[in-house]
Amino acid sequence: MSKSNRPPKDFGFGADEEMLRDLARKLLGERLPVDKLRTLVAEDHAAVYERHERQRWDEALWKEIVELGWTGLAVPEQDGGVGFKRAGIAGLVEEVGRFALPSPLVATLNATDVLAQAEGGRQWLARIADGTTATLAITNAVGSWELGEGDLSASEDGGNLVLDGAAYFVQDAFKADVLVVAAQCGGDRVLCAVPADSTGLSLVPDRIHDLTRDQATARFEGVRVAEENVVSRDAVGALERAWPSILVTVAADLVGCAEWQLQTTVQYAKDRKQFDRPIGFFQAVKHPLVNAMLDIDRARSLVYNAACAIDFDDPAEALKAARMAKSAASDAGAFISDRSVQLHGGIGFTWECDVHIFFKRSMHNQALYGDGVYQRKKLASTMIGEI
Amino acid sequence: MSTPNLTAEQIEFQEHARAWLAANPAPETQIDLPLSQLELAKREQVEYYREWQRSCYEAGLVGTDIAKEYGGHGHSGCQDIANREMSRVGAPFLLNTVGLSMMIPAVLKHGTEEQKRRFIPKALSAEEIWCQGFSEPGAGSDMANQQTMAVRRGEGWVVNGHKVWTSFGQFAKHMILLARTSRDHKYDGLSFFLCPVEGHAGVTVKPLVKMTGELGFNEVFFEDCVIDDSLRLDEVGKGWTVAMTVLTHERGAAEGAGGGIRAVHPIERLIGLAKSSQRGGGLAADDPVTRDAIIRQAIVHEGIRQDARRARVPALNDHPMRLPMGQGVVRTEFEQDCARLGVDIAGARSTLYKHDDAAPDNGYWPLAYMNSYALTIAGGSNEIQRNILGERILGMPKSK
Ligand SMILES: Cc1cc2nc3c(=O)[nH]c(=O)nc-3n(C[C@H](O)[C@H](O)[C@H](O)COP(=O)(O)OP(=O)(O)OC[C@H]3O[C@@H](n4cnc5c(N)ncnc54)[C@H](O)[C@@H]3O)c2cc1C
Repeated sequence: MSKSNRPPKDFGFGADEEMLRDLARKLLGERLPVDKLRTLVAEDHAAVYERHERQRWDEALWKEIVELGWTGLAVPEQDGGVGFKRAGIAGLVEEVGRFALPSPLVATLNATDVLAQAEGGRQWLARIADGTTATLAITNAVGSWELGEGDLSASEDGGNLVLDGAAYFVQDAFKADVLVVAAQCGGDRVLCAVPADSTGLSLVPDRIHDLTRDQATARFEGVRVAEENVVSRDAVGALERAWPSILVTVAADLVGCAEWQLQTTVQYAKDRKQFDRPIGFFQAVKHPLVNAMLDIDRARSLVYNAACAIDFDDPAEALKAARMAKSAASDAGAFISDRSVQLHGGIGFTWECDVHIFFKRSMHNQALYGDGVYQRKKLASTMIGEI
Repeated sequence: MSTPNLTAEQIEFQEHARAWLAANPAPETQIDLPLSQLELAKREQVEYYREWQRSCYEAGLVGTDIAKEYGGHGHSGCQDIANREMSRVGAPFLLNTVGLSMMIPAVLKHGTEEQKRRFIPKALSAEEIWCQGFSEPGAGSDMANQQTMAVRRGEGWVVNGHKVWTSFGQFAKHMILLARTSRDHKYDGLSFFLCPVEGHAGVTVKPLVKMTGELGFNEVFFEDCVIDDSLRLDEVGKGWTVAMTVLTHERGAAEGAGGGIRAVHPIERLIGLAKSSQRGGGLAADDPVTRDAIIRQAIVHEGIRQDARRARVPALNDHPMRLPMGQGVVRTEFEQDCARLGVDIAGARSTLYKHDDAAPDNGYWPLAYMNSYALTIAGGSNEIQRNILGERILGMPKSK
């Protein structure tokens, strides 16, 4: 896509993008209404938190999603994908967030965006377009989002690389066919595509709150990576170029999730009566929900702006727009999460009420790739200047 | 540079507007110009802005979409373009906001042919300034609680009562007047008049001093003021309906026909202040808390632009009025929060009034902060706006 075009006024969200979004809304509305979601992921509180069973997800639904081609949306056309506009992907992911879909879609999109920026990523992109799932393994033990930091090292051995160490906070690791890994190799940071079944690679599940995904520490003990799977010798560059897309995708998930939280809480405020009136009559209930709506609207507009900037603007603008979107979406998500529990009263504090499912997905996404404060700190460096 | 989705007429008009604004920048002046319409206080300021509006009108940037028989330029879909272009170059605001954004829409919708021909052209050219007489001591947020009475006498009406917070009243030729014609019904007892002010017997305008010490709005007393029945807008008892037409246009006024209030980018202005202010032994621009606060506002600022952009993409709006109606609250509080942040960053120097030479940015920040309450109160306070948003957009029960 040409970057010399002026960003379109409609963010590039045209008929095709709308059609996909509406299709996603319909499909997920039929297949994953909230009662089904609850049965799927939150039937029994002890399953995940005490017995440490893996978070459940609907693999049949996922097969359909793969057939619909959603995994290939971010894969460029010349690599066998759709090369869909970012605004269209944002629109789809908003729906994924709205239904809190447990799936490797977001992780795969994020990994795809990095592979698309790596010189040697093409063969993997083609596989992803065919339904291979992927995830990023780039984060160190303390959860730093600085792109040059990690706890994995690579050493040369013949034509191969050998990986040792660990990558932390790997999203939906147990659903991924391939891990996209950044490792320090002498003075270089290399990027490798490591199949999940590689010898020496083990996934240790993290105990997490979110019921709609899994997360793991990926341990590497002498994992051999064939030369064709060393997809870039400049991992930081590839990650940097992909970063706007990654932030926007997570922000879109947050926005969709937040809209569900808003609508659900508004509905409760209309239904629940106290003092002979629906509680939505009281301004201490009504006004914060209006504030949440305004925050969500801002985040949503900034998501589409950033999505559009990735396609049509220069990289610096795109990164700035994406950080704004992630900051706004994280904060909007935090605020409506807070009100969604509080305004449901006692029931909102229970396992029985659905709001906690979305609360946790949102909270997870708020932290992922940097919360609002973190994004603003980065923005300040470019907009105000380094200290 | 072309913009997609414009008609040939709109493209031609846009080129014209850009060319005209480039060739006709706002005239240089020695007089002390106010921050916004609401701070207008002096005749010489009024004359400066009257002249500016007149030249914009003659250039076709005001009254753009209004029919030629009412003094307009007969375009379609071009006023928004004119507003955008004026705003883009930071053109001075248009003086006659009440005339342009309230009286004209109301008269076009509810007025007689004679009223349209009589009032619209001179409002467009700013020859006749209008003010709005809705609020009263007992009728603010509860606007239907009007006590000003208009009583039938012969061919006309006799008005008695007391209006408050009347912006532009001291310069106005006419007032859009909401008055009670029956005590039997709260809403259906109201009627709407196009009432003469300047030089009219029985009307007294008294200036009110604002918290900043500046003049701005007024109170207006009606004592046996006689007006002709031809000045009644729509039927007797239909005043509330007309007032609702006015109010749907009022909140949009600041960005709509008003156009071009700020010449300096608000965030750059804050950053500039932070780079020239001290905090804790260093530059305020290096203080992490200050930096975070500025970037927060930068995100809100960009959000306002992108909300406006998204509002024009139907596929990205589940409820067509949600974004447009939310903007009033967002924009006014953005102005307020930015000004307040400027006060914080200025630190000790925020104590200085504009006549003190050491005041940063000529004393802009504390005055802008105080004046920002005009934005969050006038035209329906932000609490009332939140009621409306919660009820009309989110569908929660009415608070009253
Ligand atoms: C600078 C300025 C210019 C103005 N210009 C004009 C003008 O030209 N013409 C004109 O007619 N009027 C004008 N107004 C008046 C303006 O419309 C009123 O001030 C406004 O509607 C509020 O009414 P009030 O001042 O009586 O406050 P009140 O209605 O008494 O409100 C006091 C406080 O109570 C809150 N409140 C009231 N009711 C509710 C409720 N139901 N729920 C929650 N909170 C509530 C309000 O939000 C406010 O915070 C102007 C006001 C200002 C500040």
